[in-house]
Amino acid sequence: MAAMQLQLQPPQASSIAGQIDQLYYLLTGITLFFTVLIFSIIFYFMVKYRRRSKDEKPQDVHPSLMLELGWTIIPSLICVVIFVWSSSLYMRAYNPPANAVEVFVIGKQWMWHLQHPEGPREINELHIPVGVPIKLTMTSQDVIHGFYVPDFRVKKDVLPGRYTSMWFEATQEGTFHLFCTEFCGTNHSAMIGWVYAMSPKDYAGWLANGEKSESMAQQGEQIFNHYTCNYCHVADGSGRGPSLVGIFGKPEKLASGEMRMVDEGLIHQALTEPNSVPVAGYAPIMPTFKGQFTEDQILQLIAYVKSLGSQERANAK
Amino acid sequence: MSTATIDLHEAPADSSLNYLNNGYGLKSWLLTLDHKRIGLLYLGTITFMFLIGGVAAVLMRLNLIEPTGALVEPDTYNKLFSIHGIIMVFFFLVPSIPATLGNFLIPLMIGARDVAFPKLNLMSWYVFLTGCCFILYAVAAGGVDTGWTFYPPFSSSYSHSHVVAAALGIFIAGFSSILTGLNFIVTIHKMRAPGMTWFRLPLFIWSMYATSLIFVLGTPVIAVTLMLLAAERLLHVGIFDPAIGGDPLLFQHMFWFYSHPAVYIMILPGMGVVSELIAAFSRKKIFGYSFVAFSSLAIAIISFVVWGHHMFVTGQSIYAGLVFSVLSFVVAIPSAVKVFNWTATLYKGSISYEAPMLYALGFIGLFTMGGLTGLFLASLATDVHLNGTYFIVAHFHYVMVGGAVMAYLGGLHYWWPKITGRLYPDLWARFAALIIFVGFNLTFFPQFLLGYLGMPRRYGVYPAEFQVLNVMSSAGASVLAIGYLIPLIYFYWSWNYGPPAGPNPWGAKGLEWEIASPPPTENFTSPVVITEEPYNYPTADAEVALE
Repeated sequence: MAAMQLQLQPPQASSIAGQIDQLYYLLTGITLFFTVLIFSIIFYFMVKYRRRSKDEKPQDVHPSLMLELGWTIIPSLICVVIFVWSSSLYMRAYNPPANAVEVFVIGKQWMWHLQHPEGPREINELHIPVGVPIKLTMTSQDVIHGFYVPDFRVKKDVLPGRYTSMWFEATQEGTFHLFCTEFCGTNHSAMIGWVYAMSPKDYAGWLANGEKSESMAQQGEQIFNHYTCNYCHVADGSGRGPSLVGIFGKPEKLASGEMRMVDEGLIHQALTEPNSVPVAGYAPIMPTFKGQFTEDQILQLIAYVKSLGSQERANAK
Repeated sequence: MSTATIDLHEAPADSSLNYLNNGYGLKSWLLTLDHKRIGLLYLGTITFMFLIGGVAAVLMRLNLIEPTGALVEPDTYNKLFSIHGIIMVFFFLVPSIPATLGNFLIPLMIGARDVAFPKLNLMSWYVFLTGCCFILYAVAAGGVDTGWTFYPPFSSSYSHSHVVAAALGIFIAGFSSILTGLNFIVTIHKMRAPGMTWFRLPLFIWSMYATSLIFVLGTPVIAVTLMLLAAERLLHVGIFDPAIGGDPLLFQHMFWFYSHPAVYIMILPGMGVVSELIAAFSRKKIFGYSFVAFSSLAIAIISFVVWGHHMFVTGQSIYAGLVFSVLSFVVAIPSAVKVFNWTATLYKGSISYEAPMLYALGFIGLFTMGGLTGLFLASLATDVHLNGTYFIVAHFHYVMVGGAVMAYLGGLHYWWPKITGRLYPDLWARFAALIIFVGFNLTFFPQFLLGYLGMPRRYGVYPAEFQVLNVMSSAGASVLAIGYLIPLIYFYWSWNYGPPAGPNPWGAKGLEWEIASPPPTENFTSPVVITEEPYNYPTADAEVALE
């Protein structure tokens, strides 16, 4: 059977996979060293000090503060080394590079919806270019899921009602498993898919050949106008609601005086519970859109608001 | 002799009367206030629960022989691993050593007539039994499919299984833990015999004391958490489900605030048992007694501030991640100190290899591996890859099965002659210990590799590339299952036909070995006064000095 192969190491297919594996090897080495050490000592003592007669009396051993301190301090130092190495690697790999390409992920029982800003949507498949950092902005339509690509060594939970993000950069072409790692019900183990890492050229071809569709921002603009959001959120700021132009990624003052960064989470909150985040200087009259939008539509609206920022910057230049 | 006032060989007038033959009727058991009988009531109950949890595990491993699922539908598989986890954690491991050996031994080891509150003790068994009934009802009525972690909003708003019955079962059983912990704390504080100072206590008592602290401080949190979950599920109060205004991560914080200390509830008593076994079978005082004793307390305290390492990939802030990571490394140190001290105890000892010692040595080896693989998960960068995979399953089972269950079996074999007054065939017991050790490693070592390769846990079907390791694991599980059945058979034989054990078959030190086996109902027939250190085995050097 071709499938019956014993594989011991997953491919290193992302920019951080090699670094994670180095740490993994170090930890494996430490584990093996101490396991072998303890086993050897126990076996040695077992043989050397086995009871030879029924009323044998053991020799006296005096307590040793130096030994106690030694085997407290040495493991502590080893832990410090691991902690520093691991945490610095984690922090370096935590924030996505500025040039990361964003892809949106929605988990729902039991499939993955993926949407590219250019418009293409995928189910349980994600096409990405090799050598380009990809940032995933993720949310769930129902329960908690977990987005995991073992060959990239990345994982993050996908939660309802909030956005989590993670990023990776594929370093080799190929197809890589995508798993759900947070138990989500009946078909949890079938909530799997594939990541297709392609050369940038092939990726451009894939984008071009796919079903022609509008970009997420354009789809968001249609929703924005269809629900007459534009009646109040007028671009020049003369409406009953704040202008959304250039607002994304900047702090906004709330009626309470608190400054909040306008990000995906705040827009989600403003749509579903508008009265919890009234903007300073505006009456809290926005109706709630809770239950009216799917998570996909909210992401499109977010993409639209984001695009307003970049348009403004483009105009300013 | 540590107790000058007791003479073992001169038995009391009615020497045939002990706690076992002091009444045979059902009532004499169901209404008993004797801590020893209550320990046996627990023993029977948790053995039954262990068998149910074990059957669920066997069915899971059978299903995983084929990538497409060899045996059951996905929903059934989800219920199997949920039942396995819930029963093994809350209804076997948590009560295992404290409620059986702890109940039986604490008064004997400290020279007391009984625990401080015998009626409360009996009540805690009935409370536990009620919890068991709820969970068995949940199983019989169709099962529960949330995993033992009950994460909302799945458990509160989406699952169609018997979540509330299961949560109530754990809630009720939790009160049994609290009452037992309270009883033990008071007993250890107030019931020690004259001369039994804190530093003359056997290390088993220290570990039971640390465990009891976690029982009392931690269990109310899981009780509250599960009640809130039930309230959300039944009354749709928005607490955890964001669709009705809740916060799903709040549950995880509260759940792990109890459940991480709870893994120390499961392992600390095992550490206590192993300290006793190592001392008895190498005829040595435990090396670094006070370091071993205080490391138990350190573990109990630090265990309350490491819960966030279960949530590194939930979107928790990077700084919270760093703090929980460093604290998780800190909690590893006292465990390492214990391992080194146990190993050093063997040095220049007089070591014999009866079955309990084999379990103790197995514990040290497997716990070392379980503990060291925990470093992979305390470390942020590697945890991101390994969290939620079979690596977690393997690590957890190395600590809980390789550690806690090995220690439980070792303790049961060590004190069985004291509990029943009878011997079991040591050759069979050694054979079973070996089978269990081999079967355990065959089952769980491949799971480390599976996890590193990326196989997620809780998958009833899986990609074909994971099959070889899964088949190995399932094969190991069948060996392990046989290993667990052998002691059931020879313990049954021993209970009925075993030769008399005598008061101290191992030549061990400790108050419990100075009275008859089985002990008389009143434990000590004459007043107990302690005049010497624990584990005061005579040494060759001391004899030389005397000459």
